[in-house]
Amino acid sequence: MSEKPEKLIDKKGIRLDGRKTDELRPLKLEVGVLGNADGSAYIEHGKNKIIVGVFGPREMHPKHLSQNDRMVLRCRYHMAPFSVQERKSPAPSRREVELSKVIREALEPSVFVDLYPRAGIDVFVEVLQADGGTRCAAITAASLAIADAGIPLRDLVVGCAAGKIDDTVVLDLYDAEDKLGAADVPVAIMPNLNAVTLLQMDGILTPAEFETAVSMAVEGCKKIYAIQKEALRTKYMTVKEEAEE
Amino acid sequence: MPTYFEKKQLVTPGELLAEGDYVAGENSYMEGNKIYAQRIGLADAENKKVNVVALRAFYVPKTGDIVIGTVIEVGFNGWTVDIKAPYTALLRASDVLSRPFKPQNDELSQVLNAGDLIVAKIASYDRAHDPQLTVGEPGLGKITRGQIMRVTPTKIPRVIGKKGSMISTIKQETGCQIILGVNGVVLVTGKNVEDEELAMMAIQKIEAESHTSGLTDRITQLLKEEKSKREEKKNE
Amino acid sequence: MSTLLTRVRQKQIGQLIDAGKRLDGRGLTDYREFTIEEGLIERAEGSARVRLGKTEVLVGVKVGTGEPFPDTPNDGVLTVNAELVPLASPSFEPGPPDENSVELARIVDRGIRESKAVCSEKLVIVPGKKVFVIFVDVYVLNHDGNLIDASALAAVAALVNTKMPNYEIEDGEVKIKTGYSPLPLKSHPITVTVAKINDKLVVDPWIEEEQVMDARMSMAINDDGNICAIQKGCPGFFTPQQILEAAKIAQEKAAELRKKLDW
Repeated sequence: MSEKPEKLIDKKGIRLDGRKTDELRPLKLEVGVLGNADGSAYIEHGKNKIIVGVFGPREMHPKHLSQNDRMVLRCRYHMAPFSVQERKSPAPSRREVELSKVIREALEPSVFVDLYPRAGIDVFVEVLQADGGTRCAAITAASLAIADAGIPLRDLVVGCAAGKIDDTVVLDLYDAEDKLGAADVPVAIMPNLNAVTLLQMDGILTPAEFETAVSMAVEGCKKIYAIQKEALRTKYMTVKEEAEE
Repeated sequence: MPTYFEKKQLVTPGELLAEGDYVAGENSYMEGNKIYAQRIGLADAENKKVNVVALRAFYVPKTGDIVIGTVIEVGFNGWTVDIKAPYTALLRASDVLSRPFKPQNDELSQVLNAGDLIVAKIASYDRAHDPQLTVGEPGLGKITRGQIMRVTPTKIPRVIGKKGSMISTIKQETGCQIILGVNGVVLVTGKNVEDEELAMMAIQKIEAESHTSGLTDRITQLLKEEKSKREEKKNE
Repeated sequence: MSTLLTRVRQKQIGQLIDAGKRLDGRGLTDYREFTIEEGLIERAEGSARVRLGKTEVLVGVKVGTGEPFPDTPNDGVLTVNAELVPLASPSFEPGPPDENSVELARIVDRGIRESKAVCSEKLVIVPGKKVFVIFVDVYVLNHDGNLIDASALAAVAALVNTKMPNYEIEDGEVKIKTGYSPLPLKSHPITVTVAKINDKLVVDPWIEEEQVMDARMSMAINDDGNICAIQKGCPGFFTPQQILEAAKIAQEKAAELRKKLDW
C-alpha cells in the first residue's frame, strides 16, 4: 500500500511522472502483429500494453444476430488477469461490459456498415497491462486493426483523455492521477470529420473546466492521430521500400 | 479546385484527397464537396475521378468471377462453400448433377464432401442473398491435384500482368497450369512439386513487389536463375 | 430492436425536428410531464417511482451491512444495479444483465458517486471492518424512452426517501433503537440526456426518437451546477461545439427540474 502523495503537481508544474500538464505519455504503435487475425495492432501508451485483433467482414454467428441491411460490429474489451495490481478474475466484469459497449460505439461511426449487409466484424481488445486510459488507447489500436483488415473507413478513430488533478486541467492521466485526481474525461474523435465518438466523464468539473478538458483532449487526440497514421503507413511502406532495393 | 496528394502517394483512411469538382472513385468517398480515402493505398486521379489503389482489401463477390473455394458443409440440396469473402457461397446440387436431383437416392457427400476444393463461377450475387456458384462450365469443378496459395485479391491483376504477360511468363517457365481465383485463391498444378513451388515463389514475389516497375523482367530472370540452379544440382 | 419504425414514421419525426417541433407537441428542449412517488415499497428502506411520460422506473433502496472496500476503510459502500425487466418492453429478454442494463446501472451509479451524494463517511460501523452497504436497485417497468434520466431521478428520489433505523454500536455490533433517521445525503445530482437527431439537439428523447437518433449524451449536474458525470452513447457522433451546447442545455434543464423538486 503506497502512501497518498500530497501534491500531484509540483510548484514548477511538473507531475509525479515528470511530465508537464499538457504532455502525452510515450506512445508506440505497431500494425499487423497477429498472423491469424484479418487485421491487428499493438499499442504501448505509458505503461499500457494493449493488443487488438479484428476478424471480418465475415458471416455472423449466431445468424439471428445479423442485420439484413447492414454489417454488425461486435467488440470485446477484456483485461488479462495479470494486467492490474490486484489479480483480476478472467470473467467479464461490469466495467468490461460497459467499456466493450462504449468502445464499439466509438468505432462504429467510422465504419461503412451499409456496404456489407448480413456480415459481421469482431474486434477483440486484450489489455495486457493497464495504467489508466486503457479505453482511449484501445480505441486508437482497434481503429488501426480495422484499417489493417482492409475494411473501408470514413477516418481513423483516435482516443485521448484529459482530467483535473490539484485544481489543474491536465492531459492524459495515468492510473495514479485518475484515482487521486478530481476528474477524468476520456475522448475519442475522427479528426478529419471533427466527430467526437467517445465522451465520458467522472469527477466534478465546472462548465469552464469541462470545456478546457475537452479541447485539451481533442488536441491530444490530434497529436496521437499523426502517430497512428505513421504506424499504418510504416507497415505498408516497408513493402514498397524492400521492392525498390 | 485542388487535389491534395501526389501521384501514387500512400494515403490512409480519412485522408483528404480533393475538394470541389471531383468524383469519388475506388476506395474513396465524398462528404460535402470533399473527397476522402476509405482504405490505405496509393492515390491517383484520372481526369476528375479520384481513386485509391488499396494495398489491403478483401474480396467482394461479383457475378461472373471465377473463384476457388473449399466445401465447408454438405446440406440437404447442395453445399456451402468458403470463398474467402464476407459471405459463404452456395452450390446447388442441381447445378452439379447432370440429371434431376432426387434427395432420397442421391448421396451428396459422395459427389463433393467437406474439405474438397472446387473451381467455380459466381452465378449470381446481390446484397440480399449469399453468392450462388455454378460449376457447369468447362474447367470448373472439383480440384484433385496441385497446390493452393493465397494472394491479396487486389494484387491478382498484377499477377496476370498487361495482356496476361506476367502469368504467361510464369506458366511458360515452370510448365505449370495456374488458375487465378478472383477471390485471391490460386491453384498451381505442375508436373512435379519443384515446378509448382517455383511458380508459387514467383507469385509471392509479385505480390510483395507489386507496385514496382520492371517486375516482369525480374520475375523472368528469377525463374531462369532458379531453373539453372536446379539443373546444376541435378548434374552434381 | 423488435419495434421497428416504418420509414415513413422516421421521416416524419425527422421533418418535425428540423422544424423545431416534436410529435407530442414538445419543444426541442422540453421534458415530458413527470411524477415522482416516494415510499411505495414498505419493505425497502427507501423507494421511489418516476413516471416520465409513459416511461416508468421503480427504484428500491435496501440498507445492509458488510465489509468496506480495502482502499476506503472509512466509507460505507454504495452499489447500483439495474434490471430491464422483460415486461417493460418487447425488446427486453429475460436473463443476466446485458450491456444496456450494465451501462444504465453504471451511469446512475456514476452520477450519485461522483457528486458524493451519499455521506459515506457517516455510514461506518467499525472502521475498516464493518460498514453500511446501500443497495440501489433500478427496476425499469415500462420503456418509452430516456430510461437514463428517469432512472437517475428515481434513484436519487429513493435515496432521499431512505430511512435507516436508529442504532448504536455495542462491541462492534449494531443494536437497533427506536425511530428512524434519513440517509445522510449532501448532494442531489440530476441527469439530463440530450439526443442528436438530424444535427439538432433534443432533450428527453421518447422511444421513437431514440430509434432515429444518431447519438445521445447524458450529463449529471450537481446542486452547484457543476458536471459530475458524462456518458455519450449510441454509434453516432457530436462535434466539439455540439458537446458544449449540450452541456449548456443540460445545466439549464437541471436547474429547471431542481426548482420543481423539493430536495
